[in-house]
Amino acid sequence: MKYLRLRSKIDNWLTYGLIIVAYIVMRLLIAGGNISSTLQGQLVPITAYIVMAISLNLTVGVLGELSLGHAGFMSVGAFSGVITATLLTDAIPMTWLRLALAMLVGGLFAGIFGFLIGIPVLRLQGDYLAIVTLAFGEIIKNVVGTIYLGYDANGIQVSIENNTLQLGEGGKVILNGPKGATGITKLSSFNAGFILILITLFIVLNLINSKSGRAIKAVRDDKIAAESVGISIWRYRMMAFVTSATLAGAAGALYALNYSAVDAGKFDFNKSILILVFVVLGGMGNIRGSIIAATVLTVLPEVLRAFDEVRMLVYAIILILVMLVRNNKTLRQLFQKIGIRRRNSLSNNKEGDET
Amino acid sequence: MNRTIKKTKMVPLPSHSIIPERDIAQKPILEVRRLGINFGGLAAVEDFNIDVGRTEICGIIGPNGAGKTTIFNLLTKIYQPTSGAILLDGHDTANMNTVQINQAGIARTFQNIRLFPSLSVEDNVKIGLHNQIGYNMLSGIFRLPAFFSGERRARKRAMELLDIFDMTHLASHRAGSLPYGAQRRLELIRALATNPKLLLLDEPAAGMNPSETEELMSNIEKIRDSFQIAIMLIEHDMRLVMGICEGIAVINYGKIIAKGTPEEIQNNPLVIEAYLGKKKGNHTC
Amino acid sequence: MTFLSHLISGISLGSIYAIIALGYTMVYGIAKMLNFAHGDVIMVGGYMSFIAMIYFGWPPLLSILFAMVVCTVLGILIEQLAYKPLRAAPSLAVLITAIGVSYFLQNAAQLIFSANHKSYSSVVPFGSLRLFNDRLIISGTTIVTIIVCIVIILALNTIVNKTKIGKAMRAVSEDKDAAQLMGININKTISITFAIGSALAAVAGVLLCSAYPILMPTTGAMPGIKAFTAAVFGGIGSIPGAFLGGILLGIIEILGKAYISTQLSDAIVFAVLIIILLVKPTGLLGKKVLVKV
Repeated sequence: MKYLRLRSKIDNWLTYGLIIVAYIVMRLLIAGGNISSTLQGQLVPITAYIVMAISLNLTVGVLGELSLGHAGFMSVGAFSGVITATLLTDAIPMTWLRLALAMLVGGLFAGIFGFLIGIPVLRLQGDYLAIVTLAFGEIIKNVVGTIYLGYDANGIQVSIENNTLQLGEGGKVILNGPKGATGITKLSSFNAGFILILITLFIVLNLINSKSGRAIKAVRDDKIAAESVGISIWRYRMMAFVTSATLAGAAGALYALNYSAVDAGKFDFNKSILILVFVVLGGMGNIRGSIIAATVLTVLPEVLRAFDEVRMLVYAIILILVMLVRNNKTLRQLFQKIGIRRRNSLSNNKEGDET
Repeated sequence: MNRTIKKTKMVPLPSHSIIPERDIAQKPILEVRRLGINFGGLAAVEDFNIDVGRTEICGIIGPNGAGKTTIFNLLTKIYQPTSGAILLDGHDTANMNTVQINQAGIARTFQNIRLFPSLSVEDNVKIGLHNQIGYNMLSGIFRLPAFFSGERRARKRAMELLDIFDMTHLASHRAGSLPYGAQRRLELIRALATNPKLLLLDEPAAGMNPSETEELMSNIEKIRDSFQIAIMLIEHDMRLVMGICEGIAVINYGKIIAKGTPEEIQNNPLVIEAYLGKKKGNHTC
Repeated sequence: MTFLSHLISGISLGSIYAIIALGYTMVYGIAKMLNFAHGDVIMVGGYMSFIAMIYFGWPPLLSILFAMVVCTVLGILIEQLAYKPLRAAPSLAVLITAIGVSYFLQNAAQLIFSANHKSYSSVVPFGSLRLFNDRLIISGTTIVTIIVCIVIILALNTIVNKTKIGKAMRAVSEDKDAAQLMGININKTISITFAIGSALAAVAGVLLCSAYPILMPTTGAMPGIKAFTAAVFGGIGSIPGAFLGGILLGIIEILGKAYISTQLSDAIVFAVLIIILLVKPTGLLGKKVLVKV
């Protein structure tokens, strides 16, 4: 019994350790010049994807509901983050502080959206919940693509029609409708991404291993039983959903501030599926798995050019195979015989260990 | 505090229900009046009335499909009653939902066991203790002192409760991997952990062998005695019902056809008719 | 007159949604799963008829038949390989698998046919109907689409309500276990359902590409999701519901595009889905199911 509790603790430290070691190794490689410029360019997106995957895992693995609109929260965070960073350009000269505030505001806005969307979404469950999150993701994408936003000495102007912003001298357009945000000052760095991952891990791991996390898992396992022992399913589903959205928002701000231009189309259904692939391949409920999967699947196409072409096809096959092997007895036994030992051979779909 | 509660004779109330004489000084824990529910025009439960004393063990029996589990689902608001009133500890529960009902003092088990299968046995009990663990989400995330003291107390309490059924050695097992009987016992412990005033047990002895049932019977009495709570149970095992229940209600077609002491029930011609040929047998389902 | 013209295009688009929605509604009703890949079967149908017409030089009717055969086989194959092993799995796993299948089809199509779009020429050989001194022009494709949709709905309704296999379908949809105990072959019934749904998807693909002549690997994805919306709108599991939901959704989309915003027309359709699921999750013609405790 003690052993098990210890194992869960060790597992958590291993996850932190993995991130820290990976960070140090990358820093050494960069210092030694042993890393290609394309890969170096991928470092910030990888950290953003890791945060996305961990946060989605909170909804899919721990809460047990499929969200197909995670990129929507990333989008909200990205654009509110970019707006914040641009507006603060003169007020705050320190780039790190501006980035931190942008991520904070991005997270906050995504969290608020998560809450507002959660009110209708969390009344549903299963397939319907999944399809509605997809719908919200698409709505966010469409609506963001119609917004024109700029600022000048007189303040901020918003419009939904092209060329109607009347900006004065020195005014600047931040959001340009379907073209998205342009002329962004790049603020993101690998260091910032690393810190955001650590913060995300701290929040998610501690949440999972507390009373609230236990309640979230109880709601996943059996909603009626949870209610009958006095657990408000609404409250804990909302808690997981909003936390997940908030972290996705912060990751979105980090991601967007790594480019000079970002449009709403970047945060589409395909991005939501990409993050879902990370979560499924890494193991639902397995935080460390999400981190590894997000990294490997982002680096692989860079290293293996040939892989880039078939990459989406491979992701599709991964999704299908992982689900089949995990959920079909015959196939699982077959795989075990071949020698792929699954950690939770006893469990069915639901993961016992959250690391 | 293992006080033993002495059996007292059952006394009638103005509501035509009966409760033990020792509970008569206090208001009944549960007063149900004219409770009913329709499923698409069909009355699954109709005009159901009962009073349950504060330390009473009360049985509900009746043929399959008579509406026994539906009554539990109505009491816990999993179904919304279409008519009638439920008073818990004198308070009307009309505007409460399932969660509030539990917090107000009714805990239950389910006919087809509903545990949290992927959580450990210990965590299942801790979920039952959830509303008594006094720290919030932020203390949990930031690991404030309240988190550690709250978790320590929860763990201690969970072990005490598991000890009732000698299950402490199973604490770290996955609840879903337990054998059937142990799952039933765990579900009972989880319900008990929510600190109820009234415990509803839906076929607690189902799937148990005679010696396990025997042990369960003494445990149910032990729980009632040490926690000083009322227990209402649905059971087909007549030995258990007649052995530990002080008052028994018989349901058929969603209506109470008789209520009384075990002796009265055994000799009631209506009951004998409903249970044709099963009046004395040790009928187990 | 513009309104009438929009209304007719709405009904035409809605007819296509209705045909696709039938596939969703039947599979959901019988296998209790959201076949996310259904929209991509439409795309395959589009490509197959395109190949048959352009490369093989076959006549349109034969090409449609070819597309239907290929899609039927594909539908059964998908069901057997990906969904059948997951009959007992939780819905989360099945849905993720279905998304995987959808992605597989899209990306396989991209590798085979490239991401560049192909211009599809309508399979309907006759011209437009001109009314009111040319103030109202209805294309031949529009007329054929609406007629085909009505014929399919009537035929399917007859199959489900009058034939033996239809009875088996209704039984499986009502209670799988009980149906099995009555000697109904569940696997066969589900396979047939997939086969019918996929054949209809091929027809929908041909009609869709005839009306909107751009064919690419993602052609089916959006109409697929919208048709699912239509199925939910009408009440999932109900054939008349799929028809009603499809037509209404088509009208809403076209009118939204015309009078509100082109950019937001998708958002409007999705808003409809969200509102329905919250206000009346059983849809217009669906029936309520009580969860047993």
